[in-house]
Amino acid sequence: MKNRFLLPFILVAALLASCAPVDLNAPIPAYDTGIDPTAWAQIPAGEFYFGQHEDIESTDAYEIMVTDVTTQQYADYLNAAVADGTLKIEGASVLGYYPGDPFNSINHEIEIKAGDWQYIPLDDPSQRIKYDGIRFTVQKGYENHPMTMVTWFGAWGYCEYYSHRLPSEKEWTKAARGEDDRPFPWGDEIARENANFYSSRDPFEDMSSFGSRTSPVGFYNGKTYNGYTTLDSASPYGLYDMAGNVWQWIGDVQPQEGFSDRLMHGGSKDTYDMDLRVWVRNSAPPMYFSPGVGFRCVK
Amino acid sequence: MKERFNYLFNSTKGLILVAIAMIGIETAVWGMLSGPMAEMGVREVVIKLVGMDIVQAEREGRIIILYHSIAMAVIAIETYMVTGLLKMKEFFKLSVRVLITVGYILTMVFGMGFAYFGRNWAFHGLYITGLSLIFFAGVLLCIALWPWNPEYYITDKDYARTKKGVDLERVAFFTTAVTTVISALFGAVPGSFYGNGFETFLAENIIRLPHKTTMEYSVIGHLHIMLALIAIMITLIIGRWLNFKGIWHKIAMPLMILGCIVLNLGVWGVVTPLEPIAHMIIYVGATPSMLAALFLLIWSWNNLIKEGTAHLAKPTFLQKLGALVYDPLKFGPTWQMLFMNFTTSGIGIFMAIRLDEIFRMWPAREERIELTGHWHALSAIIATIILMYYGDMLGLKGKVRQIYGWSIIFLSDLALGAVTVFEMKRLFISEAEQQPLVNTLMYMIDFGLGFLLVLLAIVMVWRLTDLFKPKGRWTEEATHELAEEVAK
Repeated sequence: MKNRFLLPFILVAALLASCAPVDLNAPIPAYDTGIDPTAWAQIPAGEFYFGQHEDIESTDAYEIMVTDVTTQQYADYLNAAVADGTLKIEGASVLGYYPGDPFNSINHEIEIKAGDWQYIPLDDPSQRIKYDGIRFTVQKGYENHPMTMVTWFGAWGYCEYYSHRLPSEKEWTKAARGEDDRPFPWGDEIARENANFYSSRDPFEDMSSFGSRTSPVGFYNGKTYNGYTTLDSASPYGLYDMAGNVWQWIGDVQPQEGFSDRLMHGGSKDTYDMDLRVWVRNSAPPMYFSPGVGFRCVK
Repeated sequence: MKERFNYLFNSTKGLILVAIAMIGIETAVWGMLSGPMAEMGVREVVIKLVGMDIVQAEREGRIIILYHSIAMAVIAIETYMVTGLLKMKEFFKLSVRVLITVGYILTMVFGMGFAYFGRNWAFHGLYITGLSLIFFAGVLLCIALWPWNPEYYITDKDYARTKKGVDLERVAFFTTAVTTVISALFGAVPGSFYGNGFETFLAENIIRLPHKTTMEYSVIGHLHIMLALIAIMITLIIGRWLNFKGIWHKIAMPLMILGCIVLNLGVWGVVTPLEPIAHMIIYVGATPSMLAALFLLIWSWNNLIKEGTAHLAKPTFLQKLGALVYDPLKFGPTWQMLFMNFTTSGIGIFMAIRLDEIFRMWPAREERIELTGHWHALSAIIATIILMYYGDMLGLKGKVRQIYGWSIIFLSDLALGAVTVFEMKRLFISEAEQQPLVNTLMYMIDFGLGFLLVLLAIVMVWRLTDLFKPKGRWTEEATHELAEEVAK
């Protein structure tokens, strides 16, 4: 009879043991990718293929950041914006103003009112920006990684602060795909060396412990880092990390009437390769933040 | 050779064996294309080995064809069981079986050929031909099951019937078959518009998207109702196999008929102006259907306990429990129906209650995981119930019966329990800290489903070797009919 309880006991014990905390501050390899995170790419006006079923859409000309906004860039922004009173710190949150969304009272729609909203949490163990009461600094090794643990409000606020904006879904797609119907920014197929995705065996992940982690922006540029060779995975306009690493917030507000979520594109370090296809949509309420979500701006 | 062919394609048990083998092969091969198998690099090996042509943009379309080809074989198995269990004219029995067999094999072979081995449009045509044949088999089955034919009236008062003698269980089978045929149209109509205003669409019904087109609603309804109807039909089949009767039968059958009709009306309502209240109608319909299944469970467990303790004057609780679980193949199907409430219905209800407070705050991808997970779990549970009935059909006895039955229960429940924890993990662990838990759950899922497939492979190899014996088990099975076994 005792033996009958042994197996369920082992299973429950294994489940509980696997819920034990992992070391989120384990050392991370530091690499200089040589890609400038302050660079912008020109996207010409014109038509392109939008979505999985290749609808023809068009955009005006615009510029988009070559990489995601880095943690260092965001820390610099926080220091400047808190100093000039644009942002404030309350408890363990950095708050900023957002003018609110239209509200249609549709079932499951969340009302986003004008007011102060959380830009980033400061007390989450996954937050790589630290605040000592005076200044914001970046956890060592993460300076050139994409800024994560940032809400849509925090991404919107960053772009607004520098007179930029978040890309619309069309702008994001065109920047990722160019003018042909490729599923990935670099072409038709995906290899592990193209991007940082779930279990892609990159130098930053340990699937037995903390799992996937972000890689420095522009990491997949064809260079070899300490024996790990990447493929040059720039988009047709020279953008990096448009697939994998982190989901990227999209700027569209209420793309459907009553849809209060914000869209995300690009897949992330935590998703399978199929989510890295340019047309795959994810979404979350604008208050959401995650170690797998970042952003870049357009102007 | 001719005798063996006759067994495989002309007897109930042979037909079921072929369909199970086809599903087993498809599941084993295509199961290696996703999840941990993809992580380990097995997917790439399989793709190269069998020469698949995988185009990124066509993934969703491929998956839809994959699901249809497996579902059609499952529907064929249920049809073989229904035609083997219920009285009907020989002409109808033969016609239905010929149509559905040719139909599902065409669907499976040419559908998968089209989806995974280059877009050969002739294959697509044959795939559609297969689906059409299955539809016509369904229409013929409805005619064959017509319950108001006096030939099928019953006089035994132990079974649910009208005063005139109409067999209410047959009415329930008939209702399920008719509504299945009608509900198939809800997939067929959008499908016929494919490329002309309708594009490939996965039917999880992401709740946070407030606007969906009528055709998208039709596809969502189609997926959900077809799966529900397959579940209702297997419940009726299990009831017939176990010879469900008595007072519980008399209450359950009208509930099953009512539930099935209302459930369908609710789902069909999603493409009408009734859409805003369709879910309420669905809940109203699902309740009597689930109550009917509960009554089958109560009757069945009571029966197993009574039979197992008949030799004891005053059985203790443990003796009753021992009698209940003595035969895993008789206990298993209703246990799996109960277990379904933890992996499917329970999750659905919990999500509905806490939708705006919890689930709506998670990313859409998490919502998709939960929705996809819960109907994969339901499909797997239906498959295990079929395997348990099949084990009984094979006449497994003694230790082999125990090992086969308990292995199915343990392995599937381990995997599906882990799937459920995986779906709900965000309730108790953060994204950043989830990896060790995800690994453990994946091991459980892979162990459970992997060994279930190994078990099935062992049975299939045994059946294959049996076919080479001149006086193998197949010779007996060729003449056995399911209805005769119920009577025993």
